[in-house]
Amino acid sequence: MSVVEAPVRPAPEAVSFTAAKLPRIAPVLVAVVAIAAAALPVLLLGWGLVAWVVLSALVFLVALPVWAAAVEGRRGATDRLMTGLVWTACAIAIVPLASLLWTVVERGLPAINTTFLTFSMYRTSLDQEVGIYHALIGTLLITLFAAVISVPIGVMAAIYLIEYGKGNRLARWITFLVDVMTGIPSIVAGLFAFALFILILGPSARLGFGGSVALSLLMIPIVVRSTEEMLRLVPDELREASYALGVPKWRTIVKVVLPTALGGIVTGVTLAVARVVGETAPLLLIAGLTTRTNFNVFSDRMTTLPVLIFTQNANPGVAETPGGTPPGIEIAWGGALVLIVIVMVLNLVARIIGRIFAPKTGH
Amino acid sequence: MNRTSFRKLLAPSVAVLALSISLTACGAGNESDAAAGDGSSEATGGLSGDLNGAGASSQEKAQGAWATGFQGANDGNVTVNYDPVGSGDGRTNFIEGGVSFAGSDSYLTDDEGELSAAKERCNGEDPIEVPAYVSPIAVAFNLEGVDSLNMSADTIAQIFDGKITKWNDPAIAEENPDADLPDEDITPVHRSDDSGTTKNFTDYLGKASSSWSYEAEDAFPVKGGEAAEGTSGVISAVSGGTGTIGYADESQVGDLSVVSVKVGEEYVAPSPEGAAQVVESSPAAEGRADVDMAVDIDRTTTEAGAYPVVLLSYLIACQSYEDQAEADLVKGYLSYIVSDEGQQAASEEAGSAPLSSSVAEKAQGIVDAITAG
Amino acid sequence: MATTVVAEDAGRAKPRLGDRVFSRLALVAGIAILAALAAVFIFLAIEGVPGLAKPAEFYGSASTFWGYVAPLLFGTVLAAVIALIVAVPLAWGIALVVSHYAPKRIATPIAYLIDLLAAVPSVVFGLWGISVLALQLRPAYAWLDDHMGWLPFFAGPASGTGRTILTAGLVLAIMILPIITAISREVFAQTPRLHEEAALALGATRWEMIRMAVFPYARSGMVSAVMLGLGRALGETMAVAMVLSAGGGISFNLISSSNPASIASNIASNYKEGTPGKIQVLIATGLVLFLVTFLVNFAARWVVQRSERRLAR
Repeated sequence: MSVVEAPVRPAPEAVSFTAAKLPRIAPVLVAVVAIAAAALPVLLLGWGLVAWVVLSALVFLVALPVWAAAVEGRRGATDRLMTGLVWTACAIAIVPLASLLWTVVERGLPAINTTFLTFSMYRTSLDQEVGIYHALIGTLLITLFAAVISVPIGVMAAIYLIEYGKGNRLARWITFLVDVMTGIPSIVAGLFAFALFILILGPSARLGFGGSVALSLLMIPIVVRSTEEMLRLVPDELREASYALGVPKWRTIVKVVLPTALGGIVTGVTLAVARVVGETAPLLLIAGLTTRTNFNVFSDRMTTLPVLIFTQNANPGVAETPGGTPPGIEIAWGGALVLIVIVMVLNLVARIIGRIFAPKTGH
Repeated sequence: MNRTSFRKLLAPSVAVLALSISLTACGAGNESDAAAGDGSSEATGGLSGDLNGAGASSQEKAQGAWATGFQGANDGNVTVNYDPVGSGDGRTNFIEGGVSFAGSDSYLTDDEGELSAAKERCNGEDPIEVPAYVSPIAVAFNLEGVDSLNMSADTIAQIFDGKITKWNDPAIAEENPDADLPDEDITPVHRSDDSGTTKNFTDYLGKASSSWSYEAEDAFPVKGGEAAEGTSGVISAVSGGTGTIGYADESQVGDLSVVSVKVGEEYVAPSPEGAAQVVESSPAAEGRADVDMAVDIDRTTTEAGAYPVVLLSYLIACQSYEDQAEADLVKGYLSYIVSDEGQQAASEEAGSAPLSSSVAEKAQGIVDAITAG
Repeated sequence: MATTVVAEDAGRAKPRLGDRVFSRLALVAGIAILAALAAVFIFLAIEGVPGLAKPAEFYGSASTFWGYVAPLLFGTVLAAVIALIVAVPLAWGIALVVSHYAPKRIATPIAYLIDLLAAVPSVVFGLWGISVLALQLRPAYAWLDDHMGWLPFFAGPASGTGRTILTAGLVLAIMILPIITAISREVFAQTPRLHEEAALALGATRWEMIRMAVFPYARSGMVSAVMLGLGRALGETMAVAMVLSAGGGISFNLISSSNPASIASNIASNYKEGTPGKIQVLIATGLVLFLVTFLVNFAARWVVQRSERRLAR
């Protein structure tokens, strides 16, 4: 309403080109009022902290748009409401994340020390200390090889889809089937890899590389999909400018298209790695379980962190003191913390690489 | 432009390369002196190489203890690997020749031709089956103000069948005159995954009670109700809820209260000794070979002190192996497992019940006859 | 459209070796994916088809394959739908905060935190689901049972441990949140600055700018993100197996302790002790899941194509 009224009203001194707006401080003001208003029923009825927070948020989400509707009009109110909702979504998502991370850190931190990180589980007497070094190496190597298989295939396939196959029948089928591939349960991927390597290498085949193959089945769709979306968003002007300079198509892709989309591709690859690094079921089948450190992905068993976490949690053993934490549970949470830290570091490295190679201009 | 981008590429890739090389260069801190497969050193046990097995996850912790002892006896020249993929998969792996021995929560049968297939895998000789891991299954519950309860098999069966739904049901009250039972709903928790524990538990209910109409199976037969994945899942569900009751390995129940089970006229709490006693007094399964120690556990025993709700897990191997080294390793490892020392180690690490001496002796005799050729 | 023409012209004018090799490589990569998928399908078909028609005792109490697989399929879809309903709006909200609302110094840590969520192994999600989330939700379920019991979804009786299909759906939602967020965030951030500024210059509010400039540009990417999330939700194995109290039949009751399992979690739970015949049955259920994923994607693609045709750029 006020939007319509504002220009009508005669402005004797200065003509205002902007519609009426709430003061900048408005959201803070409403927030304070909302918290205070919510405190009343909470105190009266003796509800908990959670109820208070939820109620405050609701009051805020109603009050601010209503005020905005009165001053700024319907469009302003919608904008305020959406801003509020978007931020609320963010806050809601942070809650479980914080709870999860807190649980892992709280329960995992006591287990972590130098022995834990540098020893394997190979023992020759029961009183020796154990660690997760073998699983750490296993996870790094198996995931590395999975990435080595799936990143080139995934990125090249996405290039085919966007740059070469644009819209032809094969490309449409690939796009479609890649989506189907995302739904392969990890255990099926594991069974498949197991059957495949048994067929090739005989019944006693257990090797880390088999795990890499199973994991790349899970990684490839994520890499293809995210890369495809990023390549699609590279402005055609960039390609045309390059062609106009006489640069061949493949060099245009390598030098112009890929670097422009690199940030997104790196995110996609990181996501894919994060997705598979925690996989248990396929690896237990084909990569087996061992207590020794194995550096060779092409032969013999290899333990990975998730498998270790899973088996230790499933059979935690007997606590030293009655009522204490069984050793397996401690190892499991410690392993989980280490796994998260590994992915965190990988993520950070990926981001830095992405930033170094990203073109300077743009978004 | 070209050059700079390559230089930029160089730094991180060199770093990654250096990192991977430095990683490959150093083994685990505790493995430095152990050299697997190095036959030249004079070890006390004199064995070397890798021995691979697969099977029941229930045995995993015990296998860890046995592997440790066996590796120690051979100066760290051997490595035992045990994949806890589950009994069924372990048997399949063994039959297909993927592993040298298997651990299984149930003995081989010919229902799906597994016994014959195993015989074929062992060059036509009967496969060895020896009991290795005995664990009492505790019926654990979480009920405020109640620390212990007595129950007969009938009562337990009706609770898990959903026939008794309240904690103050007359059937429970009659057996526990001293307990202060609340008017609360019972939430029975069973395993959602197939497991030997469930099979042994339902086998007990079927044989020892008159009100359990289902077959003994790996999958819990009653539809619906609270279900949880794995022993640890059952334990978390029981301790997380209120008025819950579940069944799990006795060594894992921790702080939870356990039910004393009616045996004869007495109520017996789960104990390793009681479990070992039942296994000793149980009759051998019919029609088995001499090297096959499969037993049908006597769930209806009335012997004093015996605890019939037990999980018995076997080791499956061949009488002879083509490869001398493999035969030596299997023989050495299995004979360590059934030895006093091995059984003690497992009981410390995994809380299992050591085999009684007569059972262990017979097993030792069978295992010692493993040959090459 | 213009690009393709230009590109093909450029290619025709100078058929260079580099171009031929590169395009061939790209094609091979695409075909390799098809081959891998075909191989998985053939494997499932060979191993699974005998599982479709086994004697009745292989299917437990259901006695036929379809009776056995129907509740599993229902559970799979129900959990995935709950996950999507919860995760998609949240994910898009977070993605917008990161790409358009928050100042950079807040946006980067938020993005990083959410990515971190992707790193948590499913076993840990399972552990957290049982020991933290399920317990926290228990009073909420009791409340829903008391006050909203007239809705079939909350018919109860409320679970005593909180390990219901709704909990499993929520855990799945948290698991797929990072995937959907990350991809949506990247496509939102790729919106041409000029489009955004043009919208703002015309007097659009920030939300109107997002609706008119960002969403149309990002639509395809947003759909991809959701489809990836859906795929993960349908195929998730360990977390569901650990969190869900499985074993019930088809029911829309979201808060009771008897829930249908999902196909993937059922395979993981029962594979271990399975005899060869039983495993064939399990792989056959895997085949069914595969076909369902196929159909779901097919349907989604069709819907998207129709809406795209309507909104053809």
